[in-house]
Amino acid sequence: MKFTLSWLKDHLETDASLTEITDALTSLGLELEGVDDPAAKLGPFTIAYVREAKQHPNADRLRVCMVETGTGDVVQVVCGAPNARTGMKGVFAPAGSHIPGTGVDLKPGVIRGEESNGMLCSEREMGLSDDHDGIIDLPEDAPIGMSFAEYRGLNDPVIDIAITPDRGDCLGVRGVARDLAAKGLGTLKPLDLSPVEGTYDSPIQWARSSDIGSDVPYVAGRHFRGVKNGPSPAWMQRRLIAIGLRPISALVDITNYVSFDLGRPLHVFDAAKVQGDTLTMRRAKAGETILALDEKTYTLEDGMPVIGDAAGPQGIGGVMGGELSGCTDDTTEVFLEVALFDPIRVAETGRRLNIDSDARYRFERGLDTQGLVWGPEVTARLVQKLCGGEVSRLTTAGDIPDNRKTLTLRTDRLESFGGLAVPAEECQAILDRLGFETTRDGDVITAITPTWRNDVEHEQCLIEEVLRVRGFDAIPAVSLDRETALSQPILTLGQRRVAFAKKQLAQRGMFEAVTWSFLAKADAVTFGGDPQVLALANPISADLDAMRPSILPNLLAAAQRNTGRGYADLALFEVGPVFRGRGPKDQDMVATGIRAGKQIPRHWMETSRSPDVFDAKADVMAVLEACGAPIDRLQVGDDVAPDWYHPGRFGTLRLGPMLLARFGEIHPAIAKDYDLRGRVAAFEIFMDVIPQPKAKKGGGKTRPLLKASPLQPVGRDFAFLVDANVSAEKVVRAVLGADKALITDVSVFDVYQGADMAGKKSIALAVTLQPVDATLTDKDLDALADKVVTSVHKATGGVLRG
Amino acid sequence: MTGDADDLKAALLTRIEAASDLKELDDVRVEALGKKGRITEQMKGLGALDPEARKAAGQALNVLKETIATAIEARKFGLERDALNAKLVDDQVDVSLPARPETMGRLHPISQTLDEIIAIFGEMGFAVAEGPDIESDYYNFTALNMPAEHPARQMHDTFYMADDQGGVDMTTVLRTHTSPVQVRTMESQKPPIRIIAPGRTYRSDSDMTHTPMFHQVEGLVIDKKTHFGHLKGVLQDFCSAYFEIDDIPLQFRPSYFPFTEPSAEVDIGCSRKGGELTIGPGEGWLEILGCGMVNPKVLAMSGIDPDEYQGFAFGMGIERIAMLKYGIPDLRTFFDADLRWLKHYGFVPLEAASLVRGLTP
Repeated sequence: MKFTLSWLKDHLETDASLTEITDALTSLGLELEGVDDPAAKLGPFTIAYVREAKQHPNADRLRVCMVETGTGDVVQVVCGAPNARTGMKGVFAPAGSHIPGTGVDLKPGVIRGEESNGMLCSEREMGLSDDHDGIIDLPEDAPIGMSFAEYRGLNDPVIDIAITPDRGDCLGVRGVARDLAAKGLGTLKPLDLSPVEGTYDSPIQWARSSDIGSDVPYVAGRHFRGVKNGPSPAWMQRRLIAIGLRPISALVDITNYVSFDLGRPLHVFDAAKVQGDTLTMRRAKAGETILALDEKTYTLEDGMPVIGDAAGPQGIGGVMGGELSGCTDDTTEVFLEVALFDPIRVAETGRRLNIDSDARYRFERGLDTQGLVWGPEVTARLVQKLCGGEVSRLTTAGDIPDNRKTLTLRTDRLESFGGLAVPAEECQAILDRLGFETTRDGDVITAITPTWRNDVEHEQCLIEEVLRVRGFDAIPAVSLDRETALSQPILTLGQRRVAFAKKQLAQRGMFEAVTWSFLAKADAVTFGGDPQVLALANPISADLDAMRPSILPNLLAAAQRNTGRGYADLALFEVGPVFRGRGPKDQDMVATGIRAGKQIPRHWMETSRSPDVFDAKADVMAVLEACGAPIDRLQVGDDVAPDWYHPGRFGTLRLGPMLLARFGEIHPAIAKDYDLRGRVAAFEIFMDVIPQPKAKKGGGKTRPLLKASPLQPVGRDFAFLVDANVSAEKVVRAVLGADKALITDVSVFDVYQGADMAGKKSIALAVTLQPVDATLTDKDLDALADKVVTSVHKATGGVLRG
Repeated sequence: MTGDADDLKAALLTRIEAASDLKELDDVRVEALGKKGRITEQMKGLGALDPEARKAAGQALNVLKETIATAIEARKFGLERDALNAKLVDDQVDVSLPARPETMGRLHPISQTLDEIIAIFGEMGFAVAEGPDIESDYYNFTALNMPAEHPARQMHDTFYMADDQGGVDMTTVLRTHTSPVQVRTMESQKPPIRIIAPGRTYRSDSDMTHTPMFHQVEGLVIDKKTHFGHLKGVLQDFCSAYFEIDDIPLQFRPSYFPFTEPSAEVDIGCSRKGGELTIGPGEGWLEILGCGMVNPKVLAMSGIDPDEYQGFAFGMGIERIAMLKYGIPDLRTFFDADLRWLKHYGFVPLEAASLVRGLTP
């Protein structure tokens, strides 16, 4: 919402400076967006008289001018303009001024041997237009020495404020002035809203169709005859131009002016073009069309409120008037529309037709219902003043709705709710200045809302009004009591585990990425998502049109981008949501990572290698351990690899039926889609599935007593020959199961599977035995070895390798 | 006798000292302490002395023997060490060579910032609540006093899920703010309530300063006595702690949100001197969050009696405050996973942010 300072002062009697006013606007909730003060830029420029302009002795196209600036000085200026001549009046810029059109700081100088101590300016140099044919040539009566900005009426700062959607009343300058007056920045000037006496009955009458209801509760109008349309007066044009509107003609400008001055949208019909003697507020029939004032034809939908005459729709209710019945320079008879449209209906109509207009903007935010009463009067006075002619008596249809509410304010709530004690008298005075009708009984104020404040609904709104007029700055900041002496744990275990996982992975050399929750539908399908369930209706772009069923494609795409930049050795992870469906329980927290390029880069002492499935497994185990999962009880599942994993280099970690993690290498065909060469290790850890530890009885964090044996552990190595398809884990478990008391650790230190093995493989194990009570004898060890061999044979069919 | 012993001792010690290798040292040992060694021989001769003399001479010889043996041991240790050191010279390496490769990764600035936010609000007694990213229009709009015709519901602002005919499912949205978690919390929990709700949020917006996904943190306090002054206090305390600047200037401007009344936008003090943005006391203001007292309609819809309970809510952009604190210039870079960016703006994964230990590693 833009307006000029002088415009504001039409409504506000004030001595406040521009800065005081703009500060007050922001503190009232009418946030200052900017001030454009042309006078500030044009400050140094004054009107000057060229006493003499003579030919420059050393340059054909230059003149040496003696310029009277009004301060008594005569300044010599060298000027190149063809129209510089003795006796003219122009605009003078003294040395030292900044020329806005060229960006040059003017310095005194000598031009071809003649001193020049200033400049006579063109419009372009002033930044006013592109005109550079010559210097500005002012009329003879222009007063020498006067500020040019003032002379041209350019000294009126334009103030731009943001209006929140609840404050439709401030979409007119008067509403802004009222708020400022309430804050004490001056007084609101009276406005002449008195009725205008009509002299004849309007030949066009307003009507409402029976089904229009609250979509158009009321409409009023007047007829004007013998008017003369033409350009509106300079003051009105200046203001309209200042706020970015194009002056068209007096009649159209009046409607725009009233809309911005008082927040009251109007429409004027050329009465001669209206067919029949009635204009009706009615619902459009589907398919009806209208050529609107923006010169576009709109096809209306069934039920949209329109203004119709005998020929058809002449306006779209609350949105835009029609071109065919619009006023032109030739208009001599006018019919005025001052209507009230339902805000929701207007918003919907505007949205469906894709029309943004100043009228729609105001109607959808709610208007002063009393504008229906004073609107026709204020407009009639302006039309008569600017266009002459006669005014008819009023024609109306419908009833003006009563939008006033009676609310109660307990003024002690200012302190207990608003945090600022404000005396009841002051609360009342503020509400009064805002236009509420109040009565007060001690600390309780009864307030009737003004007709222009549709947003004030309950006591909290009244508190807000008082607080914002007093200024939020006045409210003391109070720290919140914690209610416990010490801070308390506030995170769930699940939330902490997310943090553990992130820290663990980063400590393992991975970099945390945060990528979109959406991706291309095709990727969603490739990575196991159901496109029916995950598709967005209105994606921002075609490659982000579905919710992600996995983070892997996003990380692979990130790897592709990084590789493209020359950073191919990478380890990325993200811990974030993935989506199985769209319900609140269909969202999982998944820690996902990839390693690509070189796991170990070329190095003088290390062997370079690619990442592989066991890097992924190590990452998974590290995260699960950090998250407190029962590592010892996890089992590698025999799950079939999903399509995006290498079918032979993939595994899962399960705890019974629960799938805790998937790990492996990305299927080479998919890696290739992302331009990734070599193996790409990948994992997905399902954070929500990691079991919660059992709470200790009686709480506390005591750990079981460590029973460290005083006896040395003994190591024994075994090598088993098993079928190639027997998993190492199965062999290890069989060994562990052979004597649960004695065997404390089993590690695989060699696997051999050669062509000579005939479908078998050899697995070598180092077994750690921890004696508990007594040192193991050879006999004990032999017995144990037998148990181990038997157990492995029973579980896997494997035999001790000779 | 005594004079002989002293001479012998001196002679042996000199030779031990002079031994240049283990062989030479062993020769000395054999000569002194061997079966036919000089000390051994003298010990044998003790039997010929009378008991008194034997005792005295015996003691002296034992001392001598002990001294020589110790000296030999010491010299042997020295020679062995010298020999080892001589060998180690060949084992020398160029220690300026790089060590075995190891990489410390980095946490994303969003994780770090979130950690800091949790640490600060945790000290003020806020718990962390969560809700789904795909929300119903009820929780995202209706329950927050944004009825069916509210302009924010338009498709150019809000992402909707497609229905199974490929049309629009107007009841299922990607949450446009974390405020639905407020509603879910109020529905499931009795006051007093004190939560923050961080998470991903989505708006149909993509340009220099907007991304279709970003992170917000919501705050909600509901009890019988929390007023607008507390809202100011909490945010003042938070901003001072988070930006690590005492009494950082805040400005509360009246504004409008459907779910709060009164509502305010909050600006933080800043300076733009020399074209560089610095947070802190200065001539300028920078908007960082929106807040207000929870609208009584919202309380009532969530089953909380607005005549009995009151409180405030606020919401701020996590990327925005991360950018301001850590001087990250471009929002869009947060989601690009550019390794160079992650290395430069990321954080080492050491301890969790804490007001007592320090917010930033």
